[in-house]
Amino acid sequence: MATMTQSGLAQSRQGGDVYPIELDGVTHDYGTRLALDRLSFSVGRAEIFGLLGPNGSGKTTLFRILSTLMVPSGGSARIQGFDAGREPNKVRQQTGIVFQARSIDMKLTVAENLKHQGHLYGLRGSHLKARINEVLTRVGLLDRAKDMVETLSGGQQRRVELAKGLIHSPSVLLLDEPSTGLDPGARRDLWLYLRTLRDQESVTILVTTHLMEEAEHCDRLAILSEGKLVALGSPAELKSQIGGDIVTFETAGPEQAARLAELLANRFVVGPTVFGNRVRLEREQGHRFLTEVVEAFPGMVEGVSVAKPSLEDVFIDRTGHRFWNEGERDNEKGEK
Amino acid sequence: MATLATTAPRTVKAPNPGIWTPAYSLWLREIVRFYRQKARVVGVIASPLLFWLVLGSGFAHSFQSGHSSASYLAYFFPGSVVMIVLFTAIFSMMSLIQDRNEGFLLSVLAAPVSRSAIVLGKVLGGSTLAAIQGVVFLVFTPLVGIHPDVIAILCSTLVILLISFELTALGFAIAWPMDSPQAFHAIVNLILLPLWMLSGALFPADRASGWLGMLMHLNPLSFGVDALRNALFPSEHTMFSFDLNLGITAGFCALVFAASWAIVNHRTNKPAA
Repeated sequence: MATMTQSGLAQSRQGGDVYPIELDGVTHDYGTRLALDRLSFSVGRAEIFGLLGPNGSGKTTLFRILSTLMVPSGGSARIQGFDAGREPNKVRQQTGIVFQARSIDMKLTVAENLKHQGHLYGLRGSHLKARINEVLTRVGLLDRAKDMVETLSGGQQRRVELAKGLIHSPSVLLLDEPSTGLDPGARRDLWLYLRTLRDQESVTILVTTHLMEEAEHCDRLAILSEGKLVALGSPAELKSQIGGDIVTFETAGPEQAARLAELLANRFVVGPTVFGNRVRLEREQGHRFLTEVVEAFPGMVEGVSVAKPSLEDVFIDRTGHRFWNEGERDNEKGEK
Repeated sequence: MATLATTAPRTVKAPNPGIWTPAYSLWLREIVRFYRQKARVVGVIASPLLFWLVLGSGFAHSFQSGHSSASYLAYFFPGSVVMIVLFTAIFSMMSLIQDRNEGFLLSVLAAPVSRSAIVLGKVLGGSTLAAIQGVVFLVFTPLVGIHPDVIAILCSTLVILLISFELTALGFAIAWPMDSPQAFHAIVNLILLPLWMLSGALFPADRASGWLGMLMHLNPLSFGVDALRNALFPSEHTMFSFDLNLGITAGFCALVFAASWAIVNHRTNKPAA
């Protein structure tokens, strides 16, 4: 099997058409738990691609595999045509990585950190100096080059991390939860840098995130749930696949919610979902439907909302459970 | 979707970093981190002197070593050099655990660096610091009545370098799989302290009882301590010759380094860090 895959690789490389990131049936098994279940998708050149999923959805596992820190137990993950499991050093040369954890050395200056990182990628001398100036200019920290990293603010430290990932001009940039610990201003700046990278240097960027707002910024998204790919497409595409509006009714408690859902299902041809004391469904012309329901079941509805579908609705639509409230999700399972 | 694909893979721009540039960079980082933490610098000078005076004076009155001309303080001298080296070498590798917990190690592991460069840089960094401390301690030789000539100093330095490397590499191999400094401490107390005590640092092997003596002969560190004794007291007879002691120590350096390399090089489908 190994030989087959390898000849296949060689062909795809000669053929010229290579996706910067390509997953083919990537599966990972931690022994007792299947963390990734046959993931297959590809990321195009100069695309900002989001990997969206709640905690435990397999994002981190996939990130580890793509950053060559772990070999998948099945399938193949390729970066610029190189297999992350079998040709780690070739993949590493192509890839810049910004980890969620702090990877910069606090006892070194900004420039020393970048110099060290350059050395790890075989950059030296005047070329490295020029690169350090370039990346620091890009993240707006050139004037802090000689400062000790520990004197920088959290947001500035994240920018040093980004500069570190870019030092060897990678064609693919992987970022794990990049906006962790950033204030809204710094978050905006980060996305500005990422778009500039995509537009000016055609860098392919993969971002893992559990934040809906952040996922909205991506050109395309893969939504993961419990190790499976549940949705793939641009945020607009994904949302447009949900017909109409999202209508939510709030009731006095979980029992009332279940009762209301039953009544709704009988009276209107709809498939409502219950979350705690809330009942949620998709409906064309949500505001009209809402009035009908409130009039039909007086006293049962305590609050209502109508909204355009969000990415969270996409997630709920595809998985049948909520993105956020793990506690509520467990309750649901218990009731079943 | 096909339109999203690139027309050709981008060529590998970054050159292969080789072994020496990354190793040098990791080594330099250890040194820079060391002198930026002033407390560690003070410890390098102060702790050897303190250990040697307190331990040496204490033991000198408790035991009669029976060594012909040299006092116990003189006998204990090579052993205390090795102890100082041991402490610095082993504890410098605690930084490995810190690197792992902070995420620094992740970025090194995700770089296209040969795994041997990582071991080499880190181990050379730690052993440089340990060796400096050991060599600094040679300044006290006149206090125990030893007046080494240039050759003795060069030989001692060589031995100290080898022992530093050997012990740092050992520390590396122990620290690599660990994620807590506490666990590391436990192993250090369990394995490394006995290793030192049974190295002929405190008492000579030929005076130890049967099984203890045998353990001491099997202890790789014994040869290092012995080599240092050969270098400092050329007239005294020890179990083996200086050359043999040095050779065995060098061999053990290679062995521990290889072990560390093998541990680091082992890619699995478990998280690397």
